[in-house]
Amino acid sequence: MATLTMPVEEKKKTYEQEALITGAEAIAIACKLANVDVVTAYPIRPYDTVMQYMSQLVADGEMDCEFIVAESENSQFEIVKHASVCGARVFCGSSGIGWMYAMEVLTVTPALRVPMVCLVGNRALDDPGAFGVEHNDALAVRDLGWLLNWVDTAQEALDTALIAYRVAEDRRIFVPLAISCDGAFLTHSQALVKVPAAEQVMQFLPKYDRGDLLLHPDNVISVAPQANEDWVMEIRRQNYAVTERACDVIREVYADFERIFGRKYGNPFFEEYMTEDAEIVLLGMGTLSTPVRVAIRKLREQGKKVGFVRLRWFRPFAGAEIAKCLERFRAIGVIDRDLSLGAPDLSGVVATEVRSAMYTSAKTRPPVLDFICGLGGREVTVPDVGKMTDIVFQAANGKAQPLTQWIGLRG
Amino acid sequence: MSTTFVEEKPTQNLEPFKGVKKVPYEEYFTSGHRTCEGCESAQIMRLMAKAAGPRTIVLGATGCMYVANTSYYSTVWGVPWMHTQLGSAGSGALGVAAALRAQMRKGSMRDEPINVIAFCGDGGGADMGLSAISATMTHPDYNLLILLYDNEEYGNTDIQISGTSPWGVNTSFSTPGKVKRIMHHRWKKNVAPLILAGHPTVKYVATISTSYPLQAMNNIRKALSVGGPTFIHCLNPCPKGWDFDPLIAFELGELAVNTGIWPLYEVECGKLRLYGKTEAIAKGRFKRLPVRDYLLKQGRFAHFTEEDIEFFQAKVDEMWNRWLVPGVIPLEKEIEAEQRT
Repeated sequence: MATLTMPVEEKKKTYEQEALITGAEAIAIACKLANVDVVTAYPIRPYDTVMQYMSQLVADGEMDCEFIVAESENSQFEIVKHASVCGARVFCGSSGIGWMYAMEVLTVTPALRVPMVCLVGNRALDDPGAFGVEHNDALAVRDLGWLLNWVDTAQEALDTALIAYRVAEDRRIFVPLAISCDGAFLTHSQALVKVPAAEQVMQFLPKYDRGDLLLHPDNVISVAPQANEDWVMEIRRQNYAVTERACDVIREVYADFERIFGRKYGNPFFEEYMTEDAEIVLLGMGTLSTPVRVAIRKLREQGKKVGFVRLRWFRPFAGAEIAKCLERFRAIGVIDRDLSLGAPDLSGVVATEVRSAMYTSAKTRPPVLDFICGLGGREVTVPDVGKMTDIVFQAANGKAQPLTQWIGLRG
Repeated sequence: MSTTFVEEKPTQNLEPFKGVKKVPYEEYFTSGHRTCEGCESAQIMRLMAKAAGPRTIVLGATGCMYVANTSYYSTVWGVPWMHTQLGSAGSGALGVAAALRAQMRKGSMRDEPINVIAFCGDGGGADMGLSAISATMTHPDYNLLILLYDNEEYGNTDIQISGTSPWGVNTSFSTPGKVKRIMHHRWKKNVAPLILAGHPTVKYVATISTSYPLQAMNNIRKALSVGGPTFIHCLNPCPKGWDFDPLIAFELGELAVNTGIWPLYEVECGKLRLYGKTEAIAKGRFKRLPVRDYLLKQGRFAHFTEEDIEFFQAKVDEMWNRWLVPGVIPLEKEIEAEQRT
């Protein structure tokens, strides 16, 4: 325990190693560090590279787990669901339409209180076929009791996977959690990552303990019986209670992460970029932050005071905090890499959530515009960002703009 | 490490019960259920739990034996039980076996043999869950049993045809009408042979009947002892769906065997053994009863004409007279087929 009192800088030197790895590999390494017991794989791009790394770790004897290649995504998620109920720490994942093939399992796991951690390598839903990123796959479970977050870098992917196990397996939470990595832009891009040592991870991540919910002959329970109208509302209320507690638990876990690993994430729910003096901001999730940041630096050279807010956690949606952050700007432009066809103002998912949060919690009423952009893996370009910025500035200056616009669409 | 790369784990090695009087009193499928009088599916649940004993985890796929047995706060199970989605008996059993194995190897759970059983109805086993069961049957490392209780219908949703419903049957999706008397003209899916022929490393596959309870329990004990993934298919008369007096549930189970419609056999490590009356039929010691004796006792066949009964009889005769292995393998030897033509 002496290490706990060591200064952060000292600790880093003692333990960490740097490695050039992809986002998918970072997650595989996190699973190894988390000593995961059961992993199930099924091929679909782009998430499946994580399973390629994982199978190699198992073959090389670096990771001790049951590595099962399932015959479908539905089975893939069913296998880990059952394994988790029997006390095993599990990992699994999917992409796009594969995630949807597992939808039955995704639906039942929150009420079953299965804290499985999954990777969604975001991919456009068929049809038409596309390998590229879109967020509607992961967002399909947003109302079901899952925790959902989006990461931006390989380092954040590794750290978030460790954080994910700690949050999901906290008995105040105990629901499944999906980490979203934008397909290709993150799953397949290499970066230098600080890999923590196993000892540090052991300090941070206690053993998964199902307690009285464990399915084992020493604990004779019946799991998931027929409840019907007698009890369904009360059982739903228990999952609702998770969402009431989730923000506090997440804050606590990030604080502990910083204490043990010395890496700071600031506000866990969203990250701000050049917002201190910004007049308007853009807001989005995932790797579109890279072109947005580059564009913002250029736009600032032209004197345009624009900032960026990157959402990390979509479920729970830290509405009050997000509203408090956004109420100080003159106008907001949300970039949706998703669709919510027929939604109010025909906007995407994130914009609709942001407006909802602003309506109840913000002191001001800045215009919240929505941009549908980067669908199917199309790049969000620097000129795209420039265009969006100009539109948001016009709205800020009182010139009414359409609430939803498509950017980067061919004419 | 062996050359097969299979890491076998010991089983509980359950010896067969040597007679009804040696069967333990303890029940692990107890009171609290809402199954019908004469429900043979509930009977196999009880026998299964008794045969397996207390160090067992049971998974139940959606179906009658989920809905009728596990109302919230009145579970029947004296062993740990979990609901599994309709198509997931195979995946559920695999997940449990994998979790036990990993944790026992890593020392985070006491190392002991624990029976893993997943049951499914014909909807869960022969229809939706077939893919997952098939995959699970290819995993030699995990000790588990898939038990398919077959009442030849979706019995919990108001009686609809499934892949194992018999030809011509009247269900709520196949009621006879003014123009079509026979709405269901598909022959019953032959599930156990599908498993044994398609998964050559499986060490034990059997068909059983609740009308022979001691035998059924001993088949289950053997399946749990032999190691690796195993499969049992049980025929379960259903008073509600088959429309008969609950008093004759047991008799109907016997008739299904004695008419040759439901052959009883086990395949252990590649060796087929017909048993009970099925064996007697095959060896010529017992003459098959006409299928009419079985069909006409059930309301679900009440619309059958003489012609329908004859067709049904002819199909069963074909199964016994022409198949390579009567009742099991629906192939003909080339030479015999040629002789016939």
